Amino acid sequence: MAVLRFHDLTLGYERHPAVHHLNGVVDGGSLTAIVGPNGAGKSTLFKGIVGALKPLSGAIDLQGLSAKDIAYLPQVAEIDRTFPITLYDIVAMGLWHSRGAFGGIGGKDYWIIEQAIAAVGLSGFEQRAIGTLSGGQMQRMLFARVLVQDARVIVLDEPFTAIDAKTSADLLDLVRRWHNERRTVLVALHDIELVKANFPNTLLLAREPVAWGMTENVLTAENLAKARRMCEAFDDSAEACALAQTA
Amino acid sequence: MLSHYLLTPLADIAVRRSLAAIVALALGAGPIGVFLMLRRMSLIGDAMSHAILPGVAIGFLAAGLNVYAMTLGGLAAGLLIAVLAGMISRATSLQEDTSLAVFLLISLAFGVVLVTLAGIDIERLMTFLFGETAAKMNADKLLVIAVNATISLIAMALIYRPLVIDCVDPGFLRSVSRKDGIAHLAFLAVLVLNLINAFHALGTLLGIGIIIIPAGIARFWTRDITIMIVLATAMALLSGVAGVLFAFHLAIPSGPAATLIAGLLYAGSVLFGSNGGVVWRIIPGRHLEA
Repeated sequence: MAVLRFHDLTLGYERHPAVHHLNGVVDGGSLTAIVGPNGAGKSTLFKGIVGALKPLSGAIDLQGLSAKDIAYLPQVAEIDRTFPITLYDIVAMGLWHSRGAFGGIGGKDYWIIEQAIAAVGLSGFEQRAIGTLSGGQMQRMLFARVLVQDARVIVLDEPFTAIDAKTSADLLDLVRRWHNERRTVLVALHDIELVKANFPNTLLLAREPVAWGMTENVLTAENLAKARRMCEAFDDSAEACALAQTA
Repeated sequence: MLSHYLLTPLADIAVRRSLAAIVALALGAGPIGVFLMLRRMSLIGDAMSHAILPGVAIGFLAAGLNVYAMTLGGLAAGLLIAVLAGMISRATSLQEDTSLAVFLLISLAFGVVLVTLAGIDIERLMTFLFGETAAKMNADKLLVIAVNATISLIAMALIYRPLVIDCVDPGFLRSVSRKDGIAHLAFLAVLVLNLINAFHALGTLLGIGIIIIPAGIARFWTRDITIMIVLATAMALLSGVAGVLFAFHLAIPSGPAATLIAGLLYAGSVLFGSNGGVVWRIIPGRHLEA
């Protein structure tokens, strides 16, 4: 059953497409890697999915999902690390879907938060100010918040970049756990070997979708070379897209 | 001797009103100042405090020395500017601080023209700018300040959670809520309420001091936001009350008096504050085992 449908989707900035004419379906419970060169539109696609960017044309059909059903971890979290707040409180933010702006946090919630912090190996760090955490600890903390969000769809943008191997392995275990729990997981990645070893499905994106399907059929040498060729810089003098005019 | 300095002012009802107003002002100002600091908006708050001047002047033109008319005018001017600046920065690529600065300059210029045309005498103008000399306050002003502070505290309690999230991780708030802008707008509205309070109690030029400086003091003593808010409120109260007493004894305006006291506390905190004070950087002590 599909949880996301892309209908001739074009996303971009100031009329320049960053994702161009994407069609396809993300099945419920699937684990999909989004792969492509720099500037291929991976982050842009995610911004479109979570509603942070309006399509230039086409549409994303969320199949009735609302904002609270999607947990999104951006590539560069805009976290103000000087803010006087503890790791515990950041993880507790994941309760927004059930508690909102005003709801009280009760007995079971404490258990959920503690479990999430334990699952990412940060027990004992609850009262640490976020400014004192290392890069790897920050990423573990943000994964704990995703755990608390308990969302049906999880979207992670380059979650293993600039993270040590041990942390990457631990966090990848969480991704597998989410997959086993039948959640739909989309992860933007650039490590091809990691994708081949762990992700059943892959979308190869180079502004245009190059290939989408079973990972072994998508990540062929031929497709990867094609992706590299297709991804050029914005052209300021580009003509209006012919496909868009006929649509 | 000390009790003489502390108790004689209380014989005067106008001074008692000033002191009561300081309590209300401090309760509202503490949390507002902390969030201004954490949102890196302290200078914006400073600039906005001047932007309410044309509204106050229009109130004065319409109804003379009527506290309610001047309050409504200032409120309208402050909210209008906050909302316009917010809308322009959301609709265009201009940053909010730039668009605010533009509006504030226009607004302040307009205010000065109005105040001059209205022919406000120099003594009254000094009161506008620096607060009541010798800390004498009328009952209407106290009522306005008390009502504003009450609304401010209730509103801050309501928007506290989204406001904290919007400060620390705005991207997360956007991803979980489509109404992420409401907390910021509500915060600006509460800020305007407190600016009006500060204007009535301590004057338009220096009133913001009792909002911003206590937050700066608190930052030097704690890393916990709750304690920071409590501490900022206490510091606002201390410098406000001390300022009013000095204003009474020396027959000076209350605005500069309160601001100077807060400034002294700030200087002490910069030097000796347990969280990043200069002295502890010079003499850090031996490093710890773990």
